[in-house]
Amino acid sequence: MAEKMALAKAINESLRRALESDPKVLVMGEDVGKLGGVFRVTDGLQKDFGESRVIDTPLAESGIVGTAIGLALRGYRPVVEIQFDGFVFPAYDQIVTQLAKMHARSLGKVKLPVVIRIPYGGGIGAVEHHSESPEALFAHVAGLKIVSPSNSSDAYWMMQQAIQSDDPVIFFEPKRRYWDKGEVNTEAIPGPLHKAQVVRAGTDLTLVAYGPMVKTCLEVADAAAEEGRSLEVLDLRSVSPLDFDAIQASVEKTRRLVVVHEAPVFFGSGAEIAARITERCFYHLEAPVLRVGGYHAPYPPARLEEEYLPGLDRVLDAVDRALAY
Amino acid sequence: MTVESTAARKPRRSAGTKKSPSTEPELVQLLTPEGERVKNAAYDKYVAGITPDELRGLYRDMVLTRRFDAEATSLQRQGELGLWASLLGQEAAQIGSGRATREDDYVFPTYREHGVAWCRGVPPENLLGMFRGVNNGGWDPNSNNFQLYTIVIGSQTLHATGYAMGITKDGADSAVVAYFGDGASSQGDVAESFTFSAVYNAPVVFFCQNNQWAISEPTEKQTRVPLYQRAQGFGFPGVRVDGNDVLACLAVTKWALERARAGEGPTLVEAFTYRMGAHTTSDDPTRYRGDEERQSWEAKDPILRLRRYLEASNHADEGFFAELEAESEALGRRVREAVRAMPDPDHFALFEHAYADGHALVDEERAQFAAYQASFADEGDH
Repeated sequence: MAEKMALAKAINESLRRALESDPKVLVMGEDVGKLGGVFRVTDGLQKDFGESRVIDTPLAESGIVGTAIGLALRGYRPVVEIQFDGFVFPAYDQIVTQLAKMHARSLGKVKLPVVIRIPYGGGIGAVEHHSESPEALFAHVAGLKIVSPSNSSDAYWMMQQAIQSDDPVIFFEPKRRYWDKGEVNTEAIPGPLHKAQVVRAGTDLTLVAYGPMVKTCLEVADAAAEEGRSLEVLDLRSVSPLDFDAIQASVEKTRRLVVVHEAPVFFGSGAEIAARITERCFYHLEAPVLRVGGYHAPYPPARLEEEYLPGLDRVLDAVDRALAY
Repeated sequence: MTVESTAARKPRRSAGTKKSPSTEPELVQLLTPEGERVKNAAYDKYVAGITPDELRGLYRDMVLTRRFDAEATSLQRQGELGLWASLLGQEAAQIGSGRATREDDYVFPTYREHGVAWCRGVPPENLLGMFRGVNNGGWDPNSNNFQLYTIVIGSQTLHATGYAMGITKDGADSAVVAYFGDGASSQGDVAESFTFSAVYNAPVVFFCQNNQWAISEPTEKQTRVPLYQRAQGFGFPGVRVDGNDVLACLAVTKWALERARAGEGPTLVEAFTYRMGAHTTSDDPTRYRGDEERQSWEAKDPILRLRRYLEASNHADEGFFAELEAESEALGRRVREAVRAMPDPDHFALFEHAYADGHALVDEERAQFAAYQASFADEGDH
């Protein structure tokens, strides 16, 4: 049944479905119960599933992830909320040192199906530590899977698939798109979790993005079309694993690639994409792979964030530069 | 119930510290270092029904654990292991607490709980794979409800708490024991595990072996209050037990586990003991502590005191000790042979189990690695 809903509501409905269909699924985090989370993503879940399954936790991120690991060892499938991107670092040790490695350390005997939800990215005029994009810091770690939906339908289905995954999944939610509405068909059979999707076909250049920047890139493609340029937009959906085959297929067609993300460009996912696509498509490329993203500076105060975040004009500038080769 | 000869310890506190070792709090003790059974109104009942056979069993556990530990140290010296973390001196704390657990309980160890592993039925040679460098743990935690060793200290206390929260959700009456040490007590994760377990009333026993040293740092560098007193601030009981007294450790852990099963929440047990050896085979304790401290603890040896008690109470004869000696040597031999026979892992094992559901990049890199390896095929065996 198809229904139009906001991205935040789609995650809420997906969590509800998971809680209904599997008694081992738990939702836990700060303020996720009575309040329904600071973004209301878990609204109403505690009321319907009780305090034992939708758990308000002490205010301690390492504790939240560490106890989720223990619950997973006991056979549960915890879906953990980290309230904001910049709050995840107290849990970084548990995620990187424990969660990511336990399956390998046990030679495959232990599985830790833990999902860590992180509202991430800027553009909402927030205070410090509420607008960051730390996905590359996790993508560098073997044992973790990193995904980020860009629209309501993916938010719904990718959450279903993340919860079913036997690997730990970090689920980056584009908080500035929480209120964007989109069609969700709760009966459609979804595609694989870690495959990219062409969300706009084009012939002159490929724009690669994920999460909040997909919408920006679609706007860029609209603007470029007015100037007679046909851009292809690829929504990666998954940062680890990363669907290089899809990027390669697109670049072999368009011969030009611009990667866009909010996270800093330096050592960002765009760097990895540029390196691998250069290797895979060396004789197809007509221009170097360009990247648009945050600067190597702390995320700025809200009144400067429009300068820091890749917007329509900065991406168009990169498109122009790539097409000039 | 007195603290044994802490006064003999070399004073390590700075001049500005008011506390002196002689004001150390009392600890629960049921067997004196001389092997005399002392009465304890609160804890006697937890070992009241113990049979001579069970007492001999505790003795056997400690002797075999020490023998295994010595063998592992030798194997490191012979180059068969890369590293070993000896438990020498902590046998009573580990065997007493380990034997208090039930089969359905779950244990979350650090990397030194070889005696607890023994109690849980983990084959000792399984512990050696990670120290030899053929795996990073490798055993199935669910086979004996004994989680993999945790090297980053303190992290496992949160896993233990989460597991205990799961037990409560399942409506089971199992319990969890989380092991850690005086060094780990400073970790934020340990404090968070105290908070979570208290808030959710989780059935977990925090068993802290205060062996006086975190590599080179004495306990005074970790805390200004006796560690067991930390529990009070979190809202659950803490107790200090003579960690070299296997009976006391057994009794106190049984009490704490009983509380957990009865829904009374967490307990902190501080087992006051001593790391007789180096932190690991890579450590040199002569750089930071004197021998007289070690000698004072040698007089409180956990195995010796139970032997004295067994002999004085005629619970064990020469035959028992001789038989155990033979069993001990056989264990040493078995472990030695098992370690030497441990095969190096296959080259491709490094890609195995990075993920449960697979990962495209791992597949790609494995294929590249295979092609690279195959490129040597013409040059013969490499």
